[in-house]
Amino acid sequence: MESLRGKAAIVGVAETEVGKITHLGATALCVDAAKRALDDAGLAKDDIDGLVTCNSMTEPYMYHAEAVAEYLQIFPRYCISANAGGGTTFSSIQHAATAIATGVCKTVLVCLADRLRSGLTREQAKKMQSSTGHPQFETPYGATVPAYYALIARAHMHAYGTTSEQMAAVAVSGRQHAARNPSAQMREPITVDDVLASRMIADPLHLLDCSLVSDGGAAIIMTSAERASDFPHPPVYLLGCGEGHSHEHISQARSLTTSAAVESGRRAYRMAGLGPRDVDVAQLYDCFTPVVLIELEDLGFCAKGEAGAFVADMETAPGGSLPLNTHGGMLSHCHPGNPGAMYLLTEAVTQLRGQAGERQVDGAEVALAHAQGGIMSSHATLILGRESG
Amino acid sequence: MADYQGKFLPRPGPETESWWEHCRAHRLMLQRCSGCGQHQFYPRVVCASCGGGQLEWQPSAGQGSVQTYTICRLPVAEAYAADVPYVVALVRLDEGPVMMCNVIGCDPDSVAVGMPVEVVFEDRTDEISMPQFRPRQAGDA
Repeated sequence: MESLRGKAAIVGVAETEVGKITHLGATALCVDAAKRALDDAGLAKDDIDGLVTCNSMTEPYMYHAEAVAEYLQIFPRYCISANAGGGTTFSSIQHAATAIATGVCKTVLVCLADRLRSGLTREQAKKMQSSTGHPQFETPYGATVPAYYALIARAHMHAYGTTSEQMAAVAVSGRQHAARNPSAQMREPITVDDVLASRMIADPLHLLDCSLVSDGGAAIIMTSAERASDFPHPPVYLLGCGEGHSHEHISQARSLTTSAAVESGRRAYRMAGLGPRDVDVAQLYDCFTPVVLIELEDLGFCAKGEAGAFVADMETAPGGSLPLNTHGGMLSHCHPGNPGAMYLLTEAVTQLRGQAGERQVDGAEVALAHAQGGIMSSHATLILGRESG
Repeated sequence: MADYQGKFLPRPGPETESWWEHCRAHRLMLQRCSGCGQHQFYPRVVCASCGGGQLEWQPSAGQGSVQTYTICRLPVAEAYAADVPYVVALVRLDEGPVMMCNVIGCDPDSVAVGMPVEVVFEDRTDEISMPQFRPRQAGDA
């Protein structure tokens, strides 16, 4: 796996509008994202010979990537619909880079979109709820998705003395970043007290500890490092990537407070030859506030049990030592389901290109992006840089 | 929690059917590996610890403690609305394995990490009895 370092680069990124989208279905939104990424990279659709998508919950297909290829009338030599929940995006980047490095294909389009806010039928919404958890040994007990994550939050509080105030600080920090991002859904500043005063959903998680439910799509285009300098925007190189997988169902987790982000992070750092201290800006999956605390610890930014204090000190806010989720994250920017992590990636690329406007992190050379899917089940870490090595 | 109409029901599979049959008789069973002696849950065709294939059913004492929990203030579906607020917890059995459950028969706010609990069965249908846990009663071992 070391061989992937600096072998592939992201040369196109795009986001669709996010929030509430009523004029496009999920498939069209996915293609809209693809079209925008092609324009960003100055490519025509026929330049794409690799396609990665992820199935939509609102407009599912038996074979989703085939359906998107058909819609676009492209005929790729590499075509896969990935499926690992929120972690899908970044596992698919590893798949894409591997395909490029091994010569399977030259130019991969990764495009994802969904419309969880306005596109779900009642039946689909019900199916989504009832398909979370083990169908025999968990689902019958009636946990909501926030409740599954609340189990992790409670365990972290018990083990390390983490407080509700510290978890709330994750949402506050994210909102401060979102205030500087015109495309974020929620930009009004909030305080720790606002989070604690918001409706309790599943103790200890309040409404504002939970991410948004959105419509949206995003896409990236990746090619080989050799070809990467021939595009309109500066290339962003993949320096390291790694995955870690520990369980599917939370009742079977090895640990409730230490995740497979330890492994995915270690693998990505080793490939990149870098460590947490080399990271200028981090984009971490934030479906619920406690997830960010565990990721900060497991990815080596904080010692175990110390992320709560780190975030409460606003180290992750604008101007802090580790600017985190500079687009606002899923808590404040948007979260359309499986595509949610794509914005962590498009934001990392935007920061490394130096195109983040008011929210630009000065001198950002190295970015780390991390996504997880399931209930802290599948983890994927990416390390990206302005230089190939 | 007397009305179970519309709640999600497990669909036993060929290799879990006998476990659910024991539940119907209000017996909590675990698999024990003849090779390494580890107990496991859920039922599998291999030992998740050593990879061995010789697994035998053993009754669990049905005692454990709350590893973590939450109180659902929003129901997952309409059929659970009357139960709000309800507890969802992970219980570590004294034999080792962890199970999800509702902690019932007590004030949700009284549930705590480490609370000793014991199994009780909830007869959802004629076929399905769900193992649940309640605070361990005084005088129990």
